[in-house]
Amino acid sequence: MSDSSAIENSVAVEAHHEHPPYQRHHFESVAQQFDATNFAMWLFLLTEVMFFGGLFTAYLVMRNWYYPAFVVGSHQLSIFWGTLNTLALICSSFTMAMSVWCAQTRRKSGLVLCLTLTFVLGLVFLGIKGIEWHEKWVKHHVPGLRYSVEAFVNPASDPEVFAEYHDKPLAPDMAVKTEQYFFLYFAMTGMHALHMVIGIGILAFMIFRARAGDYTSGHVTFVENFGLYWHFVDIIWIYLFALLYLISRHQ
Amino acid sequence: MSEQTENAQHIVGPKVYVLILFALIVGTLATVGASFVEMGVWNPVVALAIATGKAMLVVLFFMHVKYSTKLTKLTIASGLFIFLGLITMTMADYISRAWGRW
Amino acid sequence: MSSTIVRLPDQSTARIPKTNFLTRENGLLSWLLTSDHKRIAMLYLVSITFFFFIGGALAGLIRLELLTPQSDLMATDTYNKVFTMHGLIMIFFFLVPSVPATIGNFLMPMMVGAKDLALPKVNLLSWYLYMIGGGLMIYTMAIGGVDTGWTFTTPLSTHYLNTHVVSAGLAVFVAGFSSILTGLNFIVTIHKMRCPGMTWFRLPLFVWSNYAASILMVLGTPVLAITLVLVILERTVHIGVFDPAYGGDPLLFQHLFWFYSHPAVYIMILPGMGVISEVVSTFSRKRVFGYTAVAFSSVAIAVFGFFVWAHHMFIMGISNYAALVFSLLTMLVAVPSAIKIFNWAFTLYKGSITFETPMLYAIGFMGLFTIGGMTGVFLGAAGTDIHLTETYFVVAHFHFVMVGGMLMAFLSGIHFWWPKMTGRMYPEKISQFAAVVTYIGFNLTFFPQFILGMLGMPRRYASYPPEFQVLNVFSTAGATVLGVGYLLPVLYLVWSLKYGAIAGNNPWQATGLEWQVQSPPLTENFPEIPIMDHEAYDYEWLELQQAKEVASVG
Repeated sequence: MSDSSAIENSVAVEAHHEHPPYQRHHFESVAQQFDATNFAMWLFLLTEVMFFGGLFTAYLVMRNWYYPAFVVGSHQLSIFWGTLNTLALICSSFTMAMSVWCAQTRRKSGLVLCLTLTFVLGLVFLGIKGIEWHEKWVKHHVPGLRYSVEAFVNPASDPEVFAEYHDKPLAPDMAVKTEQYFFLYFAMTGMHALHMVIGIGILAFMIFRARAGDYTSGHVTFVENFGLYWHFVDIIWIYLFALLYLISRHQ
Repeated sequence: MSEQTENAQHIVGPKVYVLILFALIVGTLATVGASFVEMGVWNPVVALAIATGKAMLVVLFFMHVKYSTKLTKLTIASGLFIFLGLITMTMADYISRAWGRW
Repeated sequence: MSSTIVRLPDQSTARIPKTNFLTRENGLLSWLLTSDHKRIAMLYLVSITFFFFIGGALAGLIRLELLTPQSDLMATDTYNKVFTMHGLIMIFFFLVPSVPATIGNFLMPMMVGAKDLALPKVNLLSWYLYMIGGGLMIYTMAIGGVDTGWTFTTPLSTHYLNTHVVSAGLAVFVAGFSSILTGLNFIVTIHKMRCPGMTWFRLPLFVWSNYAASILMVLGTPVLAITLVLVILERTVHIGVFDPAYGGDPLLFQHLFWFYSHPAVYIMILPGMGVISEVVSTFSRKRVFGYTAVAFSSVAIAVFGFFVWAHHMFIMGISNYAALVFSLLTMLVAVPSAIKIFNWAFTLYKGSITFETPMLYAIGFMGLFTIGGMTGVFLGAAGTDIHLTETYFVVAHFHFVMVGGMLMAFLSGIHFWWPKMTGRMYPEKISQFAAVVTYIGFNLTFFPQFILGMLGMPRRYASYPPEFQVLNVFSTAGATVLGVGYLLPVLYLVWSLKYGAIAGNNPWQATGLEWQVQSPPLTENFPEIPIMDHEAYDYEWLELQQAKEVASVG
């Protein structure tokens, strides 16, 4: 019942703290809020690392077991589109980093421009992904949906790819394993694409807010933390590109 | 408290970002080129090494980790540690199965 | 038990403080849209109690079936569904969120001297995800249930069953994100929102334990999430990743599944161990022996816990070399847990021990967790595991650590912090009675199962050879007693909300920042952020405080 404050108070403060409107009441300062939310975003990225980690594990197991199938399967992916996609995403990471700089230095029009470029490059990436996936669908290389091993048992039946790589025909039991490769291709690029879609959605929201000047008046937390997310998605793609597209393009 | 905020301390400028962008583009072209060269068992090693190099550039500069607190660096390191633990110990099982019963 | 440390305010004049987090706002929306960590904790408390009793009813059905050797109460397929749903609900919808989401959510910000968790809205989202997952699980039960066992083992779950694996998997997937967000919130709060003077080694050990559990939640649960996605894809699109006919490997599922599910058991037990540290200290009037050892052992359990998962897979087809390595690491992970038991025992030694209800549960924990933990070591040795795995020995082992351990710790914590959360004391006599009933019921239920396992009775079977019946009857009898023991707290705790004695700030004379504020606390916890100027479990400091208090009351 006693209300005696057994706790010594901190430095005598006025009845109501002065703080910017974007500082939440449970934080003592803007710096603490920025620190905490930044750390929270890094922890979230750790969860994403482990989430993709399961897929990477499956990939490693299957590649270890069925290397020939993975090599031949990877020849079905276009180096041209893959490299273009990688460059698009790298450039979008650059424009995202520039967005953060613009927000930090209060350059509103620069911020809007950079966010918009990031958005557009993201859409370019998804568009190219769509082209690639459509090609797989047309060639019956989508696992579980009328999958065909024809191109692997008889490589000459796919003249375009055969002209480039001259793959030897796979034995039927190894040819069947290409479905594992394509399953992992779709699962990993699909999961990555889902994260891209979410990121692009948030970017659209951010462009809208940036035009209103919300991020160029000292409160850059949202842009910074989203930047972390976007760069992470880029890093995942860097590894996917190396693991899915570049298994072995020689011979 | 503000000494913990990397934001207030160090704003990374466009010059650095452009440099990193070029490095990443070069890395991309290098890794594509390397995949066309027959290096036997070293192919995946080179590919992953280049990928890791690119990833490190993104992490250190685009994600500002070079200028971040020790806590941020420790957090990333611990996440990578557990990720590598998952991969290594799972693969160790698969690889050692081929060694036979004992 | 004539002595007690309870010191209540004068009941004739005592009142619940008019302004507190419960009275601050009214109406359903003020609860459903709250960002107050204490209200969210209460929402969780009601929800997990609800799911606990569903899981408990399913347990009752299991024990009823096992009264007789034949599968005569229900069809074997139904029995499979009953134990599966029992496991899924108890693990994902009771044990994993139990202490962190209720006691942790409520107390942890106060223990570190903060006004709320770092991300209050994310905290609310966490509860909604839990409810959506729970709703999906109930829906799964309603449309026919799933019978794979809670472990969703492939290829049974992906190729040989027509039950509702997808919806059950989805339910767990959603609940997993609830867990991830809670853990994330805790880690950020503990790192970034400690009050001035609150160094890491002045934190209550409850905070250390929850921190360690949160690391596991954040790093382990996503792997479960992706695993469930793969199972769902396998069932719906037939991708072949777990199907040997397509070159997949059923064991890959198990590696990924147990990579989470082993740390999951530490997610479940660590917060309970945190509660025990607090309770044992308070009711021996002594600081915890070897604070640093207990703190570091929590983190050690978390780290080692990541590298032992294949001890659930010894007989499944992993290589002998992998079995060797994982068995060795399993021996290592037992050490930090044992360290804690030693430290609590030495805390008791030469302490002024009293036996209020939280302490009864805590002492019960120490004994039962020790037995459960030791039997875990038997199972961790690959040689003995070949004989004991998939028998009732395993069932007894995990019920000893989870029910005899974790559930007792949860009840200990609920009773310990009930006065702080509600401003009311629970009735001591009946609660002590319930604790003893629970202890007796528990031993009667689960000890015979060790013997059954050693004798060879397999788990997950609706029928068994007649020579096992006597022990099964003991077990079912114990389960009835146990049910009474769990029902009583619900009844008297609800009763206490209206008729319990007014508790005042600090009925237990405990140290810790949460005991220095009113009960129930204000919405903002502290009017001003406190400054921590003493070590944890500093009973001398407490005495000085109380001397000052007495002097100021006229």
